[in-house]
Amino acid sequence: MGGLQKKKYERGSVTNYITRNKARKKLRLSLPDFRRLCILKGIYPHEPKHKKKVNKGSTAPRTFYLIKDIRFLLHEPIVGKFRDYKVFVRKLKKAYGKTEWSAVERLRENKPTYKLDHIIKERYPSFIDALRDIDDALCMCFLFSTFARTGKCHVQTIQLCRRLTVEWMNYVVAARALRKVFISIKGIYYQAEVMGQLITWLVPYQFSHDHPTDVDYRVMATFTELYTTLLGFINFRLYHSLNLLYPPKKLSALSASLARMVSSAEEEEAQLDQFPVEGEDMEKLEAREREQKEQEAQKKLFDGLKFFLNREVPRESLAFVIRCFGGEVSWDKSVCIGSTYEVTEETITHHIVDRPNASTQYINRYYIQPQWVYDCINAKIVLPVEDYFLGVTLPPHLSPFVEEKEGDYMPPEKVKIMALQRGEKPEQEDEEEEDEDEDEEEEEDDNDDEEEDEEEDEEESEEKNLKKMEKQRSQGKSLQVKVTPGKMKVENPERLEQEEKAEEKRLAIMMMKKKEKYLYDKIMFGKKRKIREANKLTAKRKAHDDAEKANKKKTRK
Amino acid sequence: MEESSGNMRSSEPTAAMKKVREKTAKKRSKEEEEEEEEQIFNFKDKPAGKEEEDEDLSDSEESVFSGLEDSGSDSEEDEKESDDNDDEDDDDVTAVESKQPKQTEEEEEKEEVVGGVTEREEEEKKEDEYEHDSSDEEDIRNTVGNIPMEWYKDFPHIGYNLDGKKIFKPIRNKDELDDFLDKMENPDYWRTVHDKQTGSDIVLSDEQVELVNRLQKGQFGDVNFNEYQPSVEFFSSDVMIHPVTNRPADKRSFIPSLIEKEKVSKLVHAIKMGWIKPRRVEDDTRGRFYDLWAGEDSSILGRHKMHLPAPKIPLPGHQESYNPPPEYLFTEEELALWEQQDASDRKLPFVPVKFSSLRQVPAFSRFIHERFERCLDLYLCPRQRKMRVNVNPEDLIPKLPKPKDLQPFPTTQSLVYRGHSGLVRSISVSPSGQWLASGSDDGSVRFWEVCSSRCMKTVQVGGAVKSVAWNPNPSVCLLAVALESVVLILSPSLADRQVVQSSERLLSGQPEADTSDAAGPVIWSDTEGEELNQGIRLKIQHPKAVHQVAWHAKGDYLASVMPDHSSHLQVLIHQLSRRRSQNPFRKNKGLVQCVSFHPVRPYFFVATQRSVRIYNLVKQEMTKKLQANSKWISSMAVHPGGDHVICGSYDCRLSWFDLDLSTKPYKMLRHHKKAVRGAAYHRSYPLFASASDDGSVIVCHGTVYNDLMQNPLIVPVKVLRGHVITHDLGVLDVTFHPTQPWVFSSGADATIRLFT
Repeated sequence: MGGLQKKKYERGSVTNYITRNKARKKLRLSLPDFRRLCILKGIYPHEPKHKKKVNKGSTAPRTFYLIKDIRFLLHEPIVGKFRDYKVFVRKLKKAYGKTEWSAVERLRENKPTYKLDHIIKERYPSFIDALRDIDDALCMCFLFSTFARTGKCHVQTIQLCRRLTVEWMNYVVAARALRKVFISIKGIYYQAEVMGQLITWLVPYQFSHDHPTDVDYRVMATFTELYTTLLGFINFRLYHSLNLLYPPKKLSALSASLARMVSSAEEEEAQLDQFPVEGEDMEKLEAREREQKEQEAQKKLFDGLKFFLNREVPRESLAFVIRCFGGEVSWDKSVCIGSTYEVTEETITHHIVDRPNASTQYINRYYIQPQWVYDCINAKIVLPVEDYFLGVTLPPHLSPFVEEKEGDYMPPEKVKIMALQRGEKPEQEDEEEEDEDEDEEEEEDDNDDEEEDEEEDEEESEEKNLKKMEKQRSQGKSLQVKVTPGKMKVENPERLEQEEKAEEKRLAIMMMKKKEKYLYDKIMFGKKRKIREANKLTAKRKAHDDAEKANKKKTRK
Repeated sequence: MEESSGNMRSSEPTAAMKKVREKTAKKRSKEEEEEEEEQIFNFKDKPAGKEEEDEDLSDSEESVFSGLEDSGSDSEEDEKESDDNDDEDDDDVTAVESKQPKQTEEEEEKEEVVGGVTEREEEEKKEDEYEHDSSDEEDIRNTVGNIPMEWYKDFPHIGYNLDGKKIFKPIRNKDELDDFLDKMENPDYWRTVHDKQTGSDIVLSDEQVELVNRLQKGQFGDVNFNEYQPSVEFFSSDVMIHPVTNRPADKRSFIPSLIEKEKVSKLVHAIKMGWIKPRRVEDDTRGRFYDLWAGEDSSILGRHKMHLPAPKIPLPGHQESYNPPPEYLFTEEELALWEQQDASDRKLPFVPVKFSSLRQVPAFSRFIHERFERCLDLYLCPRQRKMRVNVNPEDLIPKLPKPKDLQPFPTTQSLVYRGHSGLVRSISVSPSGQWLASGSDDGSVRFWEVCSSRCMKTVQVGGAVKSVAWNPNPSVCLLAVALESVVLILSPSLADRQVVQSSERLLSGQPEADTSDAAGPVIWSDTEGEELNQGIRLKIQHPKAVHQVAWHAKGDYLASVMPDHSSHLQVLIHQLSRRRSQNPFRKNKGLVQCVSFHPVRPYFFVATQRSVRIYNLVKQEMTKKLQANSKWISSMAVHPGGDHVICGSYDCRLSWFDLDLSTKPYKMLRHHKKAVRGAAYHRSYPLFASASDDGSVIVCHGTVYNDLMQNPLIVPVKVLRGHVITHDLGVLDVTFHPTQPWVFSSGADATIRLFT
C-alpha cells in the first residue's frame, strides 16, 4: 500500500465552489462591499448538485459561489476603489473627530469616485445584450424617478433617473416603438419593440410612496447606480441610431418632437428584397409581411386625431401613449408646461375626461374615458367610442400579454375584439336580442315546469297503478294492455368507433413503462387542471351574466 | 440703600468704591483700567460741556469708547433715565447726550459734573432697580435659600429673616372656603399672588400686571423700549484717524509664529511624502455618455460560459387589470381561502380588484417591496437551467398492435353460472371442454355444462373446498378436490362409458406394499356407501390442511400443497395408479404458495412467497430460481410451451418470466388496482388472463415466438368486468376453455361467469 493517502473533499466538485465568507475574505472586502461588487458585476450564487459533498459533509445552509466567478472578481479595478473609499471614510471620520475642518474639506475634494463604464461593456459585450437586459433597469429608474426628496437616496440620483426615463420615453415616441400598454393595479405596463427586442417596463402611479422600513435602500441604490449608467449608454446609442441629438433638450413635457442631427426628415423605408422562395418559406414570408403591414398600420393608429387631456387624467402616460401612435395631444396650460393648443381649439377630435360628466361640452368632439386610448392600442384598431362615453360602465380592460392557446379560457370581451379586428361589424345585440332571450327563457321555464310534472306523475304512477285500473274498470273502459314494439338498438358507428379508440388507448396506457407513466400522468394532470380552471371561469362568468340580466329585468319591471 | 445712594452723591470716591464692591467678579479685573478711563472721560467731557458746537464729534468719540466698554449694564435703564432727564430740564441736553454711553458709573459722574438738579425720587428709583438687577440675591427677606418650601410644612414658621428671627406663618391657613369667599368678594383677587417664601399674599400693582401681560405676549418688558431704533455702526468702512484702542501692539505680532512654522513644515513633509495630494482635477467624464459599443468586436470574451441571464418577470394576466372581467374577481370563499393561505402558497400575490374608472385607482402599496424582492432575486438567487420536458403525451403511449387484429379473445360476458351459496374459490374445465367443475366455501362441488350453464351434479363434500382440478388426461374423467386436510378423487361419470371405465381402471390400481413409507402420514382409503354413490372414489388423508392440488399432464401424478412455515413437508406428489405418495423435498425453502407441473418435460414448479423454484424431477435437483420481485406470490401459471411462467401477486402485479431469458421477470404488468388472485394461460391461443380483487379480469395477448431472439409481445386486449365485489374480494379464480377462446371466472359473489 504505497502512495499518499487520499484526502476527503480535496477533489471533485468541492474545488469548483467557494462559500460566501471565504470569497469575501479572499477579496478582502466587507460584506456590504462584497454585495455591491456582486450586484455591479452580476455575480450570483450557485447551487451545487451535491450540496453535502461541497459543504464538506456538513448540511448547514451555506451560500456557494463558483470559484471561477470569484477569481474573475479579483481582477476588478473597482475593488481597489472600494478599499480607497473605506480609507477615505476613515480619514474623514478622524478629521471630524479632531475638528480639522481644512482637512475635512481637503479630503472631500479628493473623495474617490469610480465609473462603471467598463463593467457595462464587460457585462454586455454587444448592444443587443444590453437591450435584452434593460427591463429591470427601466422599472427601477421609473420607480426612482417618482421618489420625493426624502433622503432615501441622493437627489442627483432621482434627477438622473427622471432625465433618463424621459429620454427613453422620447426615444420610444420618436421610433414609434410602443406595442402594448396595460393598466394594472400595480401601475402601467408598457411594452415596446426596440431593434427586435421586446422590452416591458412598469411605471408606478404618480403618488407619493409610503416608504417601507424593511427594504434595504442601499441595495436598491447600488442597482440604480448600475442601471442609470446602462440606460444612459443605451439612450445615447438609440438616439444616434435615429440621427437624433443626445442629450436632448427640453423634453420633460413630452410634447415636442426631438431635434434631429440631420435635417432630412423623410425616413427611408427599407424595402425588403425579394428572394425566390418555395413552399413553407413562402408561407412564412407572407405571414411576416402581413405582420409587418399590421405593425405599420398600428404605428399610424392615431394619425390625424387631436386629443385634449382634462386635468384629472394621468397626463404623462396618455401624452406618451398618444404621441407614440401619431396623435396630437395637449392639455390645460396650468397643468404642465408644453401645452400646444387650448380647449377651445375647434379641431380637437377627442377630449379625454375621467369624470362622470363634463361641464362644458363642445359638439364636434368625442368626450371619452382614458381607457379607450389604451384599449385601442391593444386592439390595434380604433375602437367604437360608444362604450367609453362619460358615465358609461366601462368594458373590462384586458391584458394584452395573455395569448390564449387552444383550450384556454378566453373572456367574451376578447372574442368581441377579435371579431372587430377581423373586420366583422358588431351586431345590434342590445335591446332586441335581450328581449328574445327573455322570451325564450320564459318558455324554457314553462317547459321545465311541465317536465317536472311528468316526472312526478311517473313516480306516483306505480303507486296508483291499481287504483287507476279500478277506476278505469268502473268507468267501463277496457284495460290498457300494451305490447310495446321492440326497439332497434341504434348503433352509432361513430360513437362505437370512438369508444373503441378510447379503450385501445386505455389498454395501451396500461402497457406504459413506469417512468413514462409517471410523466404522462403528470402532464395529463396539468392539462386537466387547466381545463378545470377554464371551466370554473366560464361558470363564474355565466353566473355573473345571469345575475346581471336578472337585475336588469327587475329594474325594468 | 437710601443712605448708600446719598453717600455716593456726596463724594465721587465713595461712590466709586461702592460700585466696585457691587461689580461682578469678571469686571473686577478691569478695575484699574476703568478708573483710568473715567479720568480720561472726565477730562474729555468737560470741554464738551463748554463747546456745544462740537457735540457731534464728541458724541461719536464717546460712543466709540462706550462700545468697547459695554459689557454688563442694560440699556433699558439708561433709556429711561435719559427720557426722564429730557422731560425735566432742557438745560441738560448735553448731559443727556453724554449719557448715551451705557455705563452707569459714568452717568453718575456726569450728573455730578453737570451739577444739574436731580430729584430724589428719581434717584430712589434708580437705586431700586439697581438692587433688583443683581440676580444672586433676589429676595432676601427669607434667608432659607432656594429650597422646597414644603420642608417647613410642619413648622409654625416659614424661615428666617435677615436678622435671624423666625418668620411666622399667618395665624390661620386659608382653607378652600376662605379661598372661595375671597374669590367672590375680593375685587383684587385676580391680581393676588401667593408668595411661598414669606407665606403672604401680594397684590400686584397695575404696572406689574401690565408687565406680566407684555411678557406673556412675548414683548419687551419695558413699554418705552424701541427695538427698532436706528443702530449705530461702530465699525464702518470709513477709516478713522484714531485707533480703536490705544493699546500698543503685542510683541508676537512682529515675530514670525513658531506654531505656524511647525504646521507648514508638517504640510510640506506630508506633501513630500505623498500623503497629501494636490487637488484632484475634476473628472467630468463621469456621468457623461458616449457610444460604448462603438468598436463592437466579437473578440471580447464576455463572461465564462456558466453565466445565465436572469429570467424576466412574468407578464401580467387579466387578473391584474384595474378593471378585470368579472369572472376573475374573487368570490367570498376564494377571498377567505386567499387570506388563510400562506404567502408562498398563494396562486396570486394580490387580490384582483375592480375600479370603475381610472381616477379611482390608488397607489400599489407593495410596489417598492416587489421591486426590492426582484433585486434580491437578481443577486442572491442561485440560477439553474431547468430543462422543461416538452413532450406530446400521445408520443409517450407505446405503439401496440390493435386489439382488433389480435382476435379472437373473449370480449363479452355471455353466461353466468348461479347455484353456489358461498364464494367460489376454484374452478376447473374438463379436457373435453364440455364440463366445468367448481368448488365453493359452501361445502359443495358442482358440475356445470358449459354451453347451457346447467348444473349437472352437486356433490356435498362437507367442508370448504379450497381447490378443484380436472384430470388433464382426456381418456379419463376424474376430478381432484382439496378440502381441509383431505384430497378427494371424484369420478363424476359425465363422459361416455369407455372413459368412465378407463378411469375406474386407473383408480382400482393396487396399492404398493408400504415398504418405503416415505410419506408416512398419508393414508389412502376407498370410500363406501353414500360417498361412493356421490362419485367420491378415493380419499387421501393428509397430515395438514391442503390448499391446492395440481395434476401432471399425463394424469397419473397429482401434487398437493400444504403451506407450512416450519416443516419441510409442504408438497406431496401422489401417484394415482400405484396409490403411492412421496415428499420430494428434504428442506423447507419457504412457504409454498402453489405448485405446477411442466406440461411436457419432467420439471416441477414450486412458487414460494417471493420466488419460483424449478426442479428437475428426474435429476432430483433445482435447475432455476426465478425472482418475482414482488412481495407475496398468489398464483402461478405455466405456458403450454413450458418456457414461460406468469406469477400473480398480492401486491397487484403480474410478472411474466421468460425462462430462456433471465431469472428476473421479463415484464411486470401493473394492470390491476388490487391483489391479483388468479392467473391462467390458454392452452392453444396466445392468451393469458389475470383475475383480481378489483373485480376485473384482464385478458392479454402474449405472443411467444419460436425464434429465441425475439421477445414475447404482450398486449392487453380486454378488461372484463362482471363480478360484484363482496367482502373486499373480487374474482378468485380464472381459467380458460381448453379449445375455445373463452374464459371462466369465479368470484366472491358466488357466481361463475363465462366470457366469450
